[in-house]
Amino acid sequence: MAGTAIEIRNVTKRFLTPKGEVFTAIRDVTFTVEPGQFCAVVGPTGCGKSTTLSLVSGLDRPSEGSVWVGGEQVDGITDGVGFMFQADALLPWKTVLQNVALGLIFRKVGKKEAVERARDWIRRVGLAGFEDRYPHQLSGGMRKRVAMAAAWITEPKVLLMDEPFGALDVQTKAIMSNELTQLWEGSRPSVLFITHDLEEAIALADRVVVMTSSPGGVKEVFDIDIPRPRGSVQEIRFGSRFLELHHEIWATLRDEVERAYARTAGV
Amino acid sequence: MSNDKFSDATTGVGAVAEREQVPPGSSPADRTDSVPAGTDRVAVGQQALDERTRRASVAFRRRKLKIWGARLTLAVIIIGGWQLFTAVGWVDKFFYAQPSGIWNRLWDYFENGSEFGSYPDQIKTTMQEALYGFLIGTGVGIVMGVALGLNRFLAEVLDPFIKVVNAIPRIVLGSIFIVAFGIGLTPKVLLAAVLVFFIVFFNAFQGVREVDRNVLNNAKVLGASRWHVIRHVIMPSAMTWIIASLHSAFGFAIVGAVVGEVLGAQQGLGLLIKSAQGNFDPYGVFANMFVIAALVLIVEFVIERVERRLLAWRPKAQSDAVMV
Repeated sequence: MAGTAIEIRNVTKRFLTPKGEVFTAIRDVTFTVEPGQFCAVVGPTGCGKSTTLSLVSGLDRPSEGSVWVGGEQVDGITDGVGFMFQADALLPWKTVLQNVALGLIFRKVGKKEAVERARDWIRRVGLAGFEDRYPHQLSGGMRKRVAMAAAWITEPKVLLMDEPFGALDVQTKAIMSNELTQLWEGSRPSVLFITHDLEEAIALADRVVVMTSSPGGVKEVFDIDIPRPRGSVQEIRFGSRFLELHHEIWATLRDEVERAYARTAGV
Repeated sequence: MSNDKFSDATTGVGAVAEREQVPPGSSPADRTDSVPAGTDRVAVGQQALDERTRRASVAFRRRKLKIWGARLTLAVIIIGGWQLFTAVGWVDKFFYAQPSGIWNRLWDYFENGSEFGSYPDQIKTTMQEALYGFLIGTGVGIVMGVALGLNRFLAEVLDPFIKVVNAIPRIVLGSIFIVAFGIGLTPKVLLAAVLVFFIVFFNAFQGVREVDRNVLNNAKVLGASRWHVIRHVIMPSAMTWIIASLHSAFGFAIVGAVVGEVLGAQQGLGLLIKSAQGNFDPYGVFANMFVIAALVLIVEFVIERVERRLLAWRPKAQSDAVMV
């Protein structure tokens, strides 16, 4: 594959607040994600992580700079991109099966084939037997599995994940992270994964981008050289290389977190 | 994950079993009596749980029975009191009628027909007007509401006009419709449709506006076209609002039909009420009033059935669950 999977070049995004003031969410952000790379973005709350993601997906446009996915400049919804949202984004009026098949139906895949592939994906995320349930009948972790199947079924080359497991309890989160790793190692799409959890970022990613607090910018980029397959996330974090990296990245991240905290706390 | 949940559920039963196994104050001797050697503890727990469930369902049925009993008593007090007070003469039955007389009048209507023809025909006329008005008002309301909900520009342009029309007491439009379209079916249908339209329209409009941003963005990223978004996201979301509005909408359709008939008609329940009023006949007014109420209740029952089918995906309200 030629070039990079995701390239963000000098991107700035400003919003107009209801009061009419200009708010700069991110300023002059530049970084790249290579094909097949798992890239995590960490930073304090309100540093524009989610904004960055919505620019890559094409849901939003940059005020300055440009975003390129698969060698093409983003203009409108990016093709071949999967997205997992932080909040529940399943269609509550559709069953598990219908939700998972949605991406295929939108891409005009025949109904029969779509249902067949959806069943296969539901089985792969361990929800066989729950095809006809509605989202509200599932637990939070199960809903995330559905969202995962729905995002992966279109076999995207690029996956964007906005704190997908942020709302889950610690144990469920660990299980989901392991399953994500397995899925990812199977088909190797490029992933842009947003989180505020540094341990999660190091355990999952090949590259960690640390962002500054608002306006968001790239502070530093770290390559994570823990070899793959890494095994379960619960065990990786006791490895010596993990601890070293954690120490190093946390030193960078801490200033930003503290600055962001001081701002919101009004200290 | 799902397995975790299920194993949780079984340990839950186990925990109940342990608590249930020994009733407070029972001696070890009782225990050997009630639990034969070798019996699985969980099995005993299951029995105890079944017993609990049975008791809970008995309590639930008893409560239902109580509610119905109270309802019946209240109805007897109201109707019986009315009958009694008018019979004794504390309330003048010339003005306020009497339940037994109203019943006789209803019987008479069905047996001998009304002064404008057979009684079922009167009911049919009014229902026809109300149903047509309901369907037209709902259809136009949904189309307009969704269209304006999707088009911000149009919505802002039309906003003051809609507010003005909404501020008009719409019953007055009935007079205009009668002048314009005569005393046939059309003016009543129109009046009912106008009344229904505004309720459904505002709900459809709001429903479109209240679509969850996350769900919308998710559909977009999954590759939904504009049409897909409308069909799979916006319409189902607006549907919850629209269907909620239909409950009151049919009541308004009947109001439109009956008022239209009072203003001028050749048939219908509204006409019978007007004629009864002209003859100082409260029995006729009350009899028709109760028939109309019954019709509205029947249609609302049907609407509720449809609602339950269409909105099966919604979580049941917490209060529907019975504590066991």
